[in-house]
Amino acid sequence: MSSQGGWGQSKDFLDLVKSIGEARSKAEEDRIILRELEALRRRIAEPDVPRRRMKEYITRLVYAEMLGHDASFGYIHAVKMTHDNALPLKRTGYLAVTLFLSEDHDLIILIVNTIQKDLRSDNYLVVCAALTAVCKLITEDTIPAVLPLVVDLLAHRKEAVRKKAVMALHRFYQRSPASVTHLLPNFRKTLCDNDPGVMGATLCPLFDLITADANSYKDLLVSFVRILKQVAERNLPKTYDYHQMPAPFILIKLLKILALLGSGDKQASEHIYNVLGDIIRKCEPSSNIYNAVLYECICCISSIYPNAKLLEAAAEATSKFLKSDSHNLKYMGIDTLGRLIKISPDIAEEHQLAVIDCLEDPDDTLKRKTFELLYKMTKSTNVEVIVDHTIDYMININDNHYKTEIASRCVELAEQFAPTNQWFIQTMNKVFEHGGDLVNVRVAHNLMRLIAQGFSEDEEGADSQLRSSAVDSYICILGDPKLPSLFLQVICWVLGEYGTVDGKYSASYIMGKLCDVTEAHLCDDTVKAYAISAIMKICAFEIAAGRKVEILPECQSLIHELSASHSTDLQQRAYELQALLCLDCRTVESVMPLDASCEVLEVDKNLSFLNDFIQESIEKGSSPYIPESERPGMSSVSNFRRQNEASSHMLRFEAYGLPKPSPAHLIPQVSVSTSTSNLVPVTEASYYRESSQASKVPSVTDASSADLGTKLRLDGVQRKWGWPTYSSSGQSSTSSTNGVSHVDGVSAQSRDTLYDSRRQQSEVSAEKQKLAASLFGASSGKTVKRATSTHRATKGNTGNAERMAVSTAINPETSTEKAAPPPDLLDLSDDAAPTSTPTADPFQHLQVLIGATPVDNTVKAVGLESPNLMAFYTDIPSGSRKTTSTIHSAVPSIKKAPLQNDETARRVCVNPTGNNPNLFRDLLG
Amino acid sequence: MIRFILLQNRQGKTRLAKYYVPLEESEKHKVEYEVHRLVVNRDPKFTNFVEFRTHKVIYRRYAGLFFSMCVDITDNELAYLECIHLFVEILDHFFSNVCELDLVFNFHKVYLILDEFILAGEIQETSKKAIIERMGELEKQE
Repeated sequence: MSSQGGWGQSKDFLDLVKSIGEARSKAEEDRIILRELEALRRRIAEPDVPRRRMKEYITRLVYAEMLGHDASFGYIHAVKMTHDNALPLKRTGYLAVTLFLSEDHDLIILIVNTIQKDLRSDNYLVVCAALTAVCKLITEDTIPAVLPLVVDLLAHRKEAVRKKAVMALHRFYQRSPASVTHLLPNFRKTLCDNDPGVMGATLCPLFDLITADANSYKDLLVSFVRILKQVAERNLPKTYDYHQMPAPFILIKLLKILALLGSGDKQASEHIYNVLGDIIRKCEPSSNIYNAVLYECICCISSIYPNAKLLEAAAEATSKFLKSDSHNLKYMGIDTLGRLIKISPDIAEEHQLAVIDCLEDPDDTLKRKTFELLYKMTKSTNVEVIVDHTIDYMININDNHYKTEIASRCVELAEQFAPTNQWFIQTMNKVFEHGGDLVNVRVAHNLMRLIAQGFSEDEEGADSQLRSSAVDSYICILGDPKLPSLFLQVICWVLGEYGTVDGKYSASYIMGKLCDVTEAHLCDDTVKAYAISAIMKICAFEIAAGRKVEILPECQSLIHELSASHSTDLQQRAYELQALLCLDCRTVESVMPLDASCEVLEVDKNLSFLNDFIQESIEKGSSPYIPESERPGMSSVSNFRRQNEASSHMLRFEAYGLPKPSPAHLIPQVSVSTSTSNLVPVTEASYYRESSQASKVPSVTDASSADLGTKLRLDGVQRKWGWPTYSSSGQSSTSSTNGVSHVDGVSAQSRDTLYDSRRQQSEVSAEKQKLAASLFGASSGKTVKRATSTHRATKGNTGNAERMAVSTAINPETSTEKAAPPPDLLDLSDDAAPTSTPTADPFQHLQVLIGATPVDNTVKAVGLESPNLMAFYTDIPSGSRKTTSTIHSAVPSIKKAPLQNDETARRVCVNPTGNNPNLFRDLLG
Repeated sequence: MIRFILLQNRQGKTRLAKYYVPLEESEKHKVEYEVHRLVVNRDPKFTNFVEFRTHKVIYRRYAGLFFSMCVDITDNELAYLECIHLFVEILDHFFSNVCELDLVFNFHKVYLILDEFILAGEIQETSKKAIIERMGELEKQE
């Protein structure tokens, strides 16, 4: 058979191929092809192109497409060619369409009809051509059109057709298992086909089926074993031999299937042992194909129920692989070793040197495979060597994806097997240094959590040792100018939490280091946020320990700089730090407790702890809660509220009321601001009376009011108008003297006054008479406290949210969709629910703050506020209606009347956030 | 399962490309470029396997032609290496002493042979004789 031009191609075509072959550059090749395509486009559209000529045109189109050019104008001609009756043309047509058309191409629907016709053809070659096209072109949608025809072909007289029909069915199964499930028994039939080719083809779908569900095919095990035996004993036609090996590809497929069927099944495995032993004995590792079969045998042995004799043979074969000079065989040896050590771990020892050789091999494929093996065989005794090697290797990897994987492997091994704390910390440092920002954020959070929680659950000493060694190494490493951001975050966090704990470093030293970090990374807001929070923690610990905090000048300038930062998050942290510095030691201690990052915070959402209080109030004469719906004479606000409620439950057919909502929305902000700014002077007295601890509170409030002042003072005027509107609803209907009713009234004003009212509640129970005497004064007193508490809340927030992020190992970037910039997300790194936990914390600390109050529970209720608040925050876009209804259902008890009112009040006041998010954020942190 | 089969020369010109998984046109070009870059400069002593994205490429060089096959990560590498060789043996038999030019000028025949050998990403026929006979019958029709 001559090769060139032997099949009647025209000279044009030969010239084309030749000129492409001689093209010097890609550009030249492109030019030739484009010219060719232009010519084809013209000629192919001419009327009455001779069929033979057309066939050649199509072939040229295939050629152009193969070289990466678009020949879509000719697709339709290829489709037409499949209609042709002459087999060569039909085949060319089918070949072209299978190469041209993607699975979802519109033209496929035009071919289905032709395929159907051809599948019925008497000429088996036509049927074969059609079946080849079926495998490529028939999709889930068109399977029903050809399925019955293909099934009929399973019984075709020609083995070539039967074989292709099996493959087509296999393809259908891959594309849409449901469409052929009723036909699966057919595969059992074709497995017994007389023709080895058909049987071999049947193994493909059966392998897939058994992979999916081995148990349904256990009955076939005996048949497979018998076939395997026959193949191994050379009962198949000689034509299936390959390099003197009897039908090796069929053997391999069978071994794969047996490995699946025998996996974890002792009884099934016993059937396999014999034949496996026979094959291994016959395998003379003289050629590749023998080794391929041998490899498959080892895979099978390691997969089925272990047999000592076979394992021995497998180990022997493995050592032959490993000792071979061929890289391919070494690679296979490493692979089988990895499989065998799962069953008998000591096998690796005798191959140590061979493995080390592979590790140092310049061939990257082999190296990777070896590292995979090392990863599998890591124990606490060899972890140091393995991880060190892996990190060395990691440094030179260019592929980012692989580098990330290797880095996380190192981390995993280090966490699992670390011999000493010091080693662990140093390993992590290396991973971060070299892995840079490729290291998964999770890894960083995990590390922080590990340092915080410690390895050993009962040995506190070891944990603190771990922490101090971490601090030591971080202090050393901070000199490095090119640390990845993620690592810096970890360093800052650890230094903040544990930098001064063991007393080795002074607070000012650590703070100086942290300031240096921010200076070196001017553009990285996240690092800055971590650093300033760390500084805050250190200050807090110092204050709590009763030492005087010296703020270094550079630290001062950092705070100054950040309080004017573009990032609201950084600003907030800076302000919080400033506020914290003014607090006394007990307050600080409760706001920022030492090493509290792992403490679990619990929130009682049902407010059950309030029951006693409510009971008490009712006994003292306050009226019980009346559900809004049963209340007579509701004010406009409550009407509005009710409307909202109604709308959440049923369809509304009347028009929406226009004006009502807006005043309701505006007022809450107002009342907040006034309560903070206007009431400051009154505060001091009443506050001192109740709790003597917070000596510096007023100044904090000043800071906060200055912070808010500009926008809010204006609104103060409105409050005067707003107040009566709201108080009329609750307060007028209930008696004014007792605590509950008071709360009722005040709560209606705003969410923030709610805090006040809460505090009031607590104070009410503590010093009821005072409260009764001067409602306004009392509330103002509370308001001041509220201001401080919000500050603490935010502080606690940042600290805790950070901890939260660490403990839950949640990637901060993926969390909330709030308007805040990324660093802000860090703070509120969770959705409403998780955040609620940390936010609740500072309020719990308020207990200590308020001190004198006997009703601790009530204070906790204040803490409860925040979660809901956060829920509002995140729910804003979807409107407040939904939230309200859910909250109402969450607070079902009549006894919790005040709360419910508060909730609604809050709901009313949440809306403004949408209009003025900045203001709201300033207020709430 | 075989994802795709590529025949490329040392310059990276594609002599044959068969995909058994749907890929975008641009993606195909990228794959061809990347595979060529992966295999062309490897030391002949090295393994014939290269990791490629989430799969692996088994390749074998015959004179100036690289036969590359992308298979699943769990597949038997040696078996596919031999599968390439079997394919080459079939081509050699069919073209009697095959050379690159045979494949260049008769690429459509190569496709037909491949269709007899591998179908839907699986080896369907491993008997050299059966394939050659089938091709002979097709030739008679021309």
